[in-house]
Amino acid sequence: MNSGNTAWVLMSTALVLLMTIPGLAFFYGGLVRRKNVLSILMQCFIILCVISIQWVLYGYSLAFGPDFHGIIGNLNWAGLRGVGPLPNPDYAATIPHSVFMIFQMMFAVITPALIIGAYAERVKFPAFLLFTILWATFVYDPLAHWVWGTGGWLKSLGALDFAGGIVVHVSSGISALVLALLLGKRIGYNHKPIRPHNLPFTVLGGALLWFGWFGFNAGSALAADGIAANAFITTNTATAAAGLTWALIEWWHNGTPTILGAVTGAVAGLVAITPACGFVNPMNAMFIGMIVAGVCYVAVSIIKGKLGYDDSLDAFGVHGVGGTVGTIATGIFAQKAINAAGNDGLLFGNIHQFLVQGLMLIVAVAFAAIMTFIIFKIVDALVGMRVEEKNEIVGLDLTQQSEAAYTVIE
Amino acid sequence: MKLIIAIIPPHKLDSVKAALEDVDVNLMTVTNVLGQGRQKGLTEIYRGAKEAGGLLNKIRLDIAVNEDFVEPTIKAITKGAHTGDVGDGKIFVVDLAECIRISSGERGCGAIG
Repeated sequence: MNSGNTAWVLMSTALVLLMTIPGLAFFYGGLVRRKNVLSILMQCFIILCVISIQWVLYGYSLAFGPDFHGIIGNLNWAGLRGVGPLPNPDYAATIPHSVFMIFQMMFAVITPALIIGAYAERVKFPAFLLFTILWATFVYDPLAHWVWGTGGWLKSLGALDFAGGIVVHVSSGISALVLALLLGKRIGYNHKPIRPHNLPFTVLGGALLWFGWFGFNAGSALAADGIAANAFITTNTATAAAGLTWALIEWWHNGTPTILGAVTGAVAGLVAITPACGFVNPMNAMFIGMIVAGVCYVAVSIIKGKLGYDDSLDAFGVHGVGGTVGTIATGIFAQKAINAAGNDGLLFGNIHQFLVQGLMLIVAVAFAAIMTFIIFKIVDALVGMRVEEKNEIVGLDLTQQSEAAYTVIE
Repeated sequence: MKLIIAIIPPHKLDSVKAALEDVDVNLMTVTNVLGQGRQKGLTEIYRGAKEAGGLLNKIRLDIAVNEDFVEPTIKAITKGAHTGDVGDGKIFVVDLAECIRISSGERGCGAIG
């Protein structure tokens, strides 16, 4: 047991909570129209409540509990039975098992919240709630077990995902794309751009994401040590490079740089460095940030428009695409000199790691896509996923929650 | 009685208001409005999605005056807002059928000032 490590992971847990609310809530909340801002804040807030309960009841046990044939944890740790102050050396030998559990809880919380970006402004609240619980149980928990759980089959193959490029970002991003395709476009999407109602909220939220991400990435070292410091530095470096690169691309392509572009680029940088941050050096992190900004810019600003799907807030374009770039980059730039517990990537002569990363990516994409399709069909049949047309026009705040964010007349 | 409606750029409100006060026109209603004139709007871009010529922020003044004050009011607004470029705004003058001061019930010309 190490009190320094325990303190750092507890602090990091609070930092990751901050990413969901208010970080992601305001990042997304500013991007929607004023009639839907409360629906976004509500969805983020309720996900924190619901998944916190799910995780204690059975989610943690499914994801990290004693292994069942490499595919799922069993229910021995349901209700946190036996998850107490003593460390579990399989996961983190120097901090209480309960601290590892609560840190992981915040990852389970933010992942379904990321998907909100795809279905924003057009789903019924009961459908959102049911989808979220099913998705957390049948997509997040198994995938977290495969990649991070002791005995998980992808972990056993040597797949590297330091802080959740696959488990968090690819899984949510691919699911976001499937949902956007199944749900269809928002009313009026084709006619003109749907303008963000409060970009200062979006910048505030994006900045809080950047801040909280130090807990997400550096906290994933599960110790206050050199690997945590490396993850902290690579996270900041990749993010800075990506935010700057996106703004420069816009300047060149559109004539002006935008703050929405800079903050979107920064989030793409955060996503891409997530799987890599504990395994790569700062110069390669800078390169990863530059690459992901270019790739995500093309995905969001060019390809999305051509293909015509309505990923409202670019959950796929930023998290799905960015997570994919980061996962592949990990297979290229990882080096044992940075983290002995990791492996060398393609650049350091190890093609095997590159192939394992690719396999993990394909598995995660296929699994998340198929499961999201099935869950969507079930929820749609039970409660109907999309709001009625007139409710969509009036807005979700008034029709799903009976409240308004802004008063025009007192 | 006339109702004078003026659409001016937001940054001209202070100089227009000062010019109106100089000719003893002190009663007005001011609203934030959106509009577009000959100068056209500016392009907005959100993650690559372009909206050309969005509406611009403008200020609308509603001023009710008696006949004697019509020309001084028009001159004052023009003086306060004129630069000579497109985008200075417009003034509309319409007949006003009636004016009632709610506090006293007074009607007509006496209720305006």
